Amino acid sequence: MSGSPRVGVITFPGSLDDRDALRAVAFMGGQGVPLWHGDRDLRGVDAVILPGGFSYGDYLRCGAIARFASVMDEVRAFAERGGPVVGICNGFQILCEAGLLPGALIRNRQLRFVCRWVDVRVETSLSPLTADLLVGEVLRVPVKHGEGQFVASAGDLERLEGEGQVVFRYCAPDGSLDDVANPNGASNAIAGVRNAAGNVIGLMPHPEHAVDPDVGATGGQPMFASLLACALARV
Amino acid sequence: MSAEPLHRALGLTDDELEAIVSTLDREPNPSELAMYAAMWSEHCSYKSSKVHLRTLPTESPAVLVGPGQDAGAVDVGEGFAVVFKIESHSHPSAVEPYQGAATGVGGIVRDIISMGARPIALLDPLRFGPLTEERNRWLFEGVVAGIGGYGNCIGVPTVGGEITFAEPHSANPTVNVMCVGVAPADRLVTSAREVHEGALLVLFGAATGRDGIGGVSVLASRTLEEGSQESRPSVQIGDPFAEKLLIEASLELVERDLLEGLQDLGGAGLTCAVSESASRAGLGAELNLDAVPLREPDLEAFEVLTSESQERMLALVAPERLDDVRAVCERWGVASAVVGRLVAGGGLRVVMGGSTVADVPARSLADEGPVYTRPTEPPAEPADPLAEDPTFAAVAVEPEDALLRVLASPNVADKRWVWEQYDSLVQGGTVRGPGGDAALIRIEGTLKALALSVDGKGRFGRLDPYLGAAHAVAEAARNVACTGARPLAITNCMNFGNPERPEVMWQFAESIRGMADACRAFDTPVTGGNVSFYNESGDSAIWPIPVIGMLGLLQDYRLAVPSAFAGAPAAVYTLGETLPELGGSEFAEVVLGTIAGRAPALDLEREQRLHLLLLEAAGADLLASAHDCSEGGLAIALAECAIAGGTGFAVGLPGDLPPHVALFSESASRVVVSVDPARAAELEDLAGTLGVPLARLGETGGPRIVVDGVLELALAEATAAYEEAIPKLLTA
Repeated sequence: MSGSPRVGVITFPGSLDDRDALRAVAFMGGQGVPLWHGDRDLRGVDAVILPGGFSYGDYLRCGAIARFASVMDEVRAFAERGGPVVGICNGFQILCEAGLLPGALIRNRQLRFVCRWVDVRVETSLSPLTADLLVGEVLRVPVKHGEGQFVASAGDLERLEGEGQVVFRYCAPDGSLDDVANPNGASNAIAGVRNAAGNVIGLMPHPEHAVDPDVGATGGQPMFASLLACALARV
Repeated sequence: MSAEPLHRALGLTDDELEAIVSTLDREPNPSELAMYAAMWSEHCSYKSSKVHLRTLPTESPAVLVGPGQDAGAVDVGEGFAVVFKIESHSHPSAVEPYQGAATGVGGIVRDIISMGARPIALLDPLRFGPLTEERNRWLFEGVVAGIGGYGNCIGVPTVGGEITFAEPHSANPTVNVMCVGVAPADRLVTSAREVHEGALLVLFGAATGRDGIGGVSVLASRTLEEGSQESRPSVQIGDPFAEKLLIEASLELVERDLLEGLQDLGGAGLTCAVSESASRAGLGAELNLDAVPLREPDLEAFEVLTSESQERMLALVAPERLDDVRAVCERWGVASAVVGRLVAGGGLRVVMGGSTVADVPARSLADEGPVYTRPTEPPAEPADPLAEDPTFAAVAVEPEDALLRVLASPNVADKRWVWEQYDSLVQGGTVRGPGGDAALIRIEGTLKALALSVDGKGRFGRLDPYLGAAHAVAEAARNVACTGARPLAITNCMNFGNPERPEVMWQFAESIRGMADACRAFDTPVTGGNVSFYNESGDSAIWPIPVIGMLGLLQDYRLAVPSAFAGAPAAVYTLGETLPELGGSEFAEVVLGTIAGRAPALDLEREQRLHLLLLEAAGADLLASAHDCSEGGLAIALAECAIAGGTGFAVGLPGDLPPHVALFSESASRVVVSVDPARAAELEDLAGTLGVPLARLGETGGPRIVVDGVLELALAEATAAYEEAIPKLLTA
């Protein structure tokens, strides 16, 4: 399997889309490596995914407990070394709680869980999921969350926008911004953001559920292709 | 005035007490009485329904496990077994909608994992009173949120479930939950497993508290009366995070072959799990209540024995495997405790604080409950059912108006408001989610998919319970067949009023008879299910509603037939025949304001030929679309195909029925299909060979809905009526 990038997927208690992320990595030609929340070991992977789910039931704030997991020290160190780190949904929430990404995810504007296919527009090519993509491309992926409304302080929001740290925005199929297309009321329709260095990304949509054409649209394919390319660069 | 005797307060009759005394040869103590009250409750013992349930067909070459265990199991080939079951949680949901529905999901999921199967899909058939009433909206929103809140958090996709509304459900909402799981066939945990004397009883999962004491005897086996809110302490509280850990720990225990048996704790709690485990093994048990982890310190013996605290499982473990079992539980953060062991003889001896608090034969609790043949009495026939039948009523309504009104009726209207609150995608196997005829879930590593549909026919059942049940089976099978899948087996949830009333018992007996006939005709045996009686308050009972959960198998999901019209122009056909049958139809209720008359006829043999045609046509990749024609009739079936596909149609109505009858009759055994015009002759030939009547109606295409000489409407207008109806009612 040498040459095939190894992508770790962390299972926290209450992770739900961990197996789906592993399957998506394999579908796209990578090697999925299961990682465990209690281990202080990333098993030498080339990229890390924090998957969706309800870690610890999300009974406190989403992600607030998972950030204390032993494995998170390793994730932090990996990120500091420039390793690609992707937080999907609950993983995004964990990265925000851990301070690896700015902002926070609060209850959806409509106060209900939402599971639906949405379109997102690529806002920057500088991220592990968009390295192979052009700004303005539109990808179809699903969201499924109760607390996905991205918010940040006015200062943080200005900095995120000013420095190109917004990676994805919810949009209409033609790429235009439309409030109807925003499934949770996120500020500035933000669906995903990255850190300043560009190697850590969090997003609410689920690209791992959008790679296999037999079960839906394939907007997640180019995202995973980018991730595998980034990971390969580190092999 | 003397106080009510304890046995009656617990829901036992004087005769039942006498039977207990004769079994024990002495008076039972209060703890023992509580155990019998729980196990001999209607909910646990099926004492009123058993004699009827025995008449259902339960076998076919595909059935691996029939009724009597936690869930039925069916062989789907390539070494996989599918485990599925449906259950009701109506009474708890009527009292506390969010937690009632949530714990319903939790309970049915544990039934599936106790068979050693991974839960891969949930479906929730729900029935409420009209949404025009505020309390019904509260129940509806609470139940949907509860199902989502629990199901989403445990990572099992919710992929369907019909949702209907009728006045009798204002007092008694009907909440049914179905779960489907998959396991390697050779790893199923069935009662065929060898269980040895000395096996340890390992209780794992949540701690035991006072919640749900008397759930089965108080809530599920009596009618809800005024002040039912006081029953709230009998409703359990769900912890989906604990359930998720329980799923993973249980499946790892099964996968590593560490268990002799596995049982969930549901109704009647520890009493049920231990007495059934011992009885099945032909053994007795010693149970030490001091070893049960408690949420609060001072529980009485009867409370520990009958608590329905959620998220608990009981494993039977050979002593030499105990360390491994405990290590698996620990890794998943799940507490475990050895609470007893299986012993020779048949006695279940319970100790607490050093003394014996109960000592009864395990079999007498689990298998020797009372069985009643309750009297049945058909209701008085209306003088002339034909005179009341709306089929022949004069109708003065514009067809466009009728179509829009029926499209906007909550029974028919778009349920996206509900579906979007359910995670239908997790686990990555959802080939087709909620909203179509049947959901399709693939079996990982194969090209096979399970086709799942849940159906009940409230109005038809009210008019004729035999036909109501038979129609429900037929429609469920038809829904599955529309995707190209072969109907394999069913699970049933029987929702009825008070069985002590002869007319309710008659409805039940008739429903079973109808279900049995239909299941035999389609070779879809009953693998299990659940009976929910006492769905009535005061004078108001629900209509007799057997809900059918149908399991179908699609050999290659890449050949699944869509239900919507596709973009390319296609010829539109109806398979089957439209008869003048508006009795019990959506049109009759919504437009004519009546639910009287006769239910449509059902020819089981003709229905079965239709399924065969659908399967053959799908296998030959002949159909561009296929959609069941049911609530709202042909007009709604055509409109739904158009709305879902975003393409209109132009058709004519063959035959000489009055247009409103042709459009809205709910005759059975009909499907709307579309087919590439170049292959239309093939379809006609196949239908001719199989003896299925068909009629070419017209073509798909364009932005309008056109029925030649009868109605014409912009597709956008129909779509708006269909999509906006439920959100509008909820924000009213």
